[in-house]
Amino acid sequence: MKQFIAFVKKEFFHIWRDKKTTFILLGMPVVQIVIFGFALTNEVKNAKIAVLDNAKDAAASSLITQIDASRYFEVSQHLVSYREIETAFRQGQIKMAVVLPLHFEEDLQRYNKAQVQLIADASDPNFANTVTNYASAIIMDYQRRITNNRKLPYTINAEVRMLYNPQMKGAYNFVPGVMAMVLLLVCTMMTAITIVREKETGTMEVILVSPMKPQLVVFAKAVPYLLLSVINIASILLLSVFVLEVPINGNIFLLVGESILFTLVSLSLGLLISSAAGSQQTAMFISLIGLFLPTVMLSGFMFPIENMPLPLRIISNIVPAKWYYIIVRSVMIKGVGLKDVWQETLILSGMMIFFLTVAVKRFKIRLA
Amino acid sequence: MTNEKIITADKLSKRFGDFVAVNEISFEVCRGEIFGFLGANGAGKTTAMRMLCGLSLPSSGEATVAGFDVYRENEKIKKSIGYMSQKFSLYEDLTVKENMRFYGGIYGKSDAFIKQKTASVLEQLHLQKEANKLVRSLPLGWKQKLAFSVAIFHEPVIVFLDEPTGGVDPVTRREFWHMIYQAAENGITIFVTTHYMDEAEYCNRVSIMVDGNIEALDTPSALKQIYQSASMDEVFLKLARKATRADG
Repeated sequence: MKQFIAFVKKEFFHIWRDKKTTFILLGMPVVQIVIFGFALTNEVKNAKIAVLDNAKDAAASSLITQIDASRYFEVSQHLVSYREIETAFRQGQIKMAVVLPLHFEEDLQRYNKAQVQLIADASDPNFANTVTNYASAIIMDYQRRITNNRKLPYTINAEVRMLYNPQMKGAYNFVPGVMAMVLLLVCTMMTAITIVREKETGTMEVILVSPMKPQLVVFAKAVPYLLLSVINIASILLLSVFVLEVPINGNIFLLVGESILFTLVSLSLGLLISSAAGSQQTAMFISLIGLFLPTVMLSGFMFPIENMPLPLRIISNIVPAKWYYIIVRSVMIKGVGLKDVWQETLILSGMMIFFLTVAVKRFKIRLA
Repeated sequence: MTNEKIITADKLSKRFGDFVAVNEISFEVCRGEIFGFLGANGAGKTTAMRMLCGLSLPSSGEATVAGFDVYRENEKIKKSIGYMSQKFSLYEDLTVKENMRFYGGIYGKSDAFIKQKTASVLEQLHLQKEANKLVRSLPLGWKQKLAFSVAIFHEPVIVFLDEPTGGVDPVTRREFWHMIYQAAENGITIFVTTHYMDEAEYCNRVSIMVDGNIEALDTPSALKQIYQSASMDEVFLKLARKATRADG
């Protein structure tokens, strides 16, 4: 135990002396949350649109006002001809154009049928999809209001309820994602690098000649990063609750416990990498390419796994972040308990035991 | 120096595939002796030393270190030896004191022992003023001497030094050997590899390895007589010329 404490102390000295790295490690989650929260959002806010109002009647202008008044759109141009639409899109000034036909009000009232054309810039398909959906919703809303007094023969009203995230906030999605990313990066890369550094400088040899047990060395290396991660978990959760207003609906202890489990998986992975890598650069490279990219792409955080081709869906199962991401989303946003995430928890635990066993084994073999 | 055998090796070998790095070497080292382990680069001296330190398992042969068997009593050997590697083995981002505390700590020494020993080492090296400075800021010669002091900090029976004076100026090397003599006087057995032949003269006995074999083993003066040479340098050249193995 004394040996262990001496070793952990030394690790903290390393971290503490390297202030720049420490600052990055602790500042990274804050920066990422802020960037994802305020800059990188795919929510539509005040998208600039153009209106070609051929009708110029009361119904048309009230519809336009309603679109303009929503927080999603801002009418920036009033066009007079079809040709101008193309020009406006080419110049990139607008995201969508709304075209109202001649006799809009008349069509609506006499024939019960009027048409509105929505033209969107589909060079960004996701965005085009989102804006047209929003616009359709506003038009439907408008229709509902004007038909309020009248009885329509047949109507189906689809009532949509967005469960767990009624305001459709992007933060609900990326907070779990950022947690997975930050924890993985801190734990995996840093543990891998710190062990490989000792190999490079030659101090590892001296440690291996000492009576300290190799397993103990491995654990002592991991402890400081586990603590750093707990700080990071806390700062991410605080930021998301108080700045981004993402609630923690589930049990906070369960959430923290699961996060620590994921941290342990990442630490074990870092230890495993360190046993394979000969230099700090290699360790960093393996961590970034081999872990970070799959985490971003295959965890379901950026791209939905359900839409991926089968081989990728299968591969995604071995990405630890996928399971953690599911757990955090379930516990934090949906507010479920352990009985609904025990399978994912079991998978993560299995991964941790597997990685750790292999890492410790490989570390010992190096002695022979 | 007594006649008690502190290291024994009997037909100790290490093979990596077809390559025989160390070929059935046999020797004995007495307690308190300064034993020089000489050889060109790639002669197999580091491999032999790693086997004795428990960093590498022998392929065949027998060896004991401090009375313990290298195959079965690895843990006991580790407690009895100190080691200083070719590479500089202190933490540059730790202070002088912190380095000592760490190495004392991983050998399981008590706080009181570490405190008292730190004070005496600092005094011996005249480093009291630098005790709380980062090792990074010290000149190389001091670091080297400090590394040696740290290697024997836990008061081992034997200390293994793997080319400890690489890249150090002659004055520091002389001071370094002074420290080695002092340690030997205190009863610590010194097992040192080097390729500086003037350093070989400082040893009680030297062995010269060529291509994985021990070609000669005796006191420096006896070797000079046998090979009719004026210096260890000549002895070494006469033996090393037989080498067929290239660097590696």
